[in-house]
Amino acid sequence: MNPILLTPLDISIAASLIILDAALSIWLRLRLHRQIAIAAARMVVQLVAIGYVLRFIFALNNPAATLLLVLVMVLVAAREVAARPERRFKDQSNLVIGFVSVGFATFVTAILALTTAIRPQPWFDPHYAIPLAGIILGNVLNSASLSLDSFLGSVRRERQAIESRLSLGDSYREAIAPLVREAIRRGLLPIINQMSAAGIVTLPGIMTGQILAGLDPLEAVKYQILLMFLLSGGSGLSALATSYLAAWRLTDERQRLRLDRLQ
Amino acid sequence: MQTALVVKELRSELAGPFDLNLGAGACAAITGPSGSGKSLFLRMIADLDPNQGKVWLNGTERASITAPEWRRKVTYVSAESGWWADTVIEHFARNKRGEVAGLAARLGLHTDLLDASIARLSTGEKQRLALVRALLLCPPVLLLDEPTGPLDEESVTRVEALLRERMATGISVLLATHDANQAERLGDQRYRMAAGQLEAS
Repeated sequence: MNPILLTPLDISIAASLIILDAALSIWLRLRLHRQIAIAAARMVVQLVAIGYVLRFIFALNNPAATLLLVLVMVLVAAREVAARPERRFKDQSNLVIGFVSVGFATFVTAILALTTAIRPQPWFDPHYAIPLAGIILGNVLNSASLSLDSFLGSVRRERQAIESRLSLGDSYREAIAPLVREAIRRGLLPIINQMSAAGIVTLPGIMTGQILAGLDPLEAVKYQILLMFLLSGGSGLSALATSYLAAWRLTDERQRLRLDRLQ
Repeated sequence: MQTALVVKELRSELAGPFDLNLGAGACAAITGPSGSGKSLFLRMIADLDPNQGKVWLNGTERASITAPEWRRKVTYVSAESGWWADTVIEHFARNKRGEVAGLAARLGLHTDLLDASIARLSTGEKQRLALVRALLLCPPVLLLDEPTGPLDEESVTRVEALLRERMATGISVLLATHDANQAERLGDQRYRMAAGQLEAS
């Protein structure tokens, strides 16, 4: 069974729905029509651009080019992680923490999947490596930014409690542990929700895509299950790395709580 | 009198440099307006804020031992107490319940409070329990930041009596207070903090 290919006409019919949205906005004075138009245009341009980039990288079939693209994706994700929390470090630590934890979690899970489960030839074949890294990144980004936001938000609120423990001779590790634990927990919640709702509340995107592309539902389900395991692993790794890196960045060699490093 | 705590050229970007010699069993009281650097000075001695300079306790230099070890010996009790568990008793070692109850009673606190939730305590109750928490460690030096700030007169008397008793056993106290009379009553050495500088008074 071959996938049904879309023609420009098919897409223009769907695009008329955007016009409908815009008309609705004008009619109900939602003042959203500009934003709808811009968002729709951005979406089309971004997706077409990435389509060409992927086609180019696939044609190159060069591991260095694949790695470079994945690194750029990680960097963009790290910027999102860094920008999300209300509290930030004065220096570039937000970005560094985001880059290291998101990159670490993505590489570990993607390489594990490529070398053990999916096993394309060679394992770094960009047809598999890039989409897989992209899916993992999206999730890992989510958990890293939730963890970072949770940690940086609670550390200022809990300052008195942490410093009281330090004053009484507890180590920084002991004093900060409850906050680290809570931050990791926060980072893991979305994937737990996603797994428990999968198939009942939502039909996950990858599975839907593969079914639309003509794959047998049970084969699509197997892929989705594999992916969910990868995503939970990735979320766990990135939540862990983000929380510990942020905690480590807020102390020094004398085990102080260095809130002066936050804005 | 033997010197317990020696502070030399202690400074940060915000305050100092400070020099101080605190005798064993003595109390040095620092008064001064809020924002003058009293808390900063105490926090620097406890090594809670970045600082330069040297501090010794009974001849042991601060830099030669780990920060937690130092803070167990030179213990800072902040003006605003911090709590990390739900109930009072969870903040104390399990086998210390009797001692906690004894000290709490001496400070005019009912023993029922030990099982109360932190959220239900008044500021004054928390302040006294935070002092009990520090006293149980028996540190040779206590750095007390406004220990009686939110307390009524009777409780102040009880706290001061307990501190005097501890000082008689050789424990030294560095006290930051806005109450000049308290400084007069407790301080063997008296200082005034103004704009990040310490002056003898």
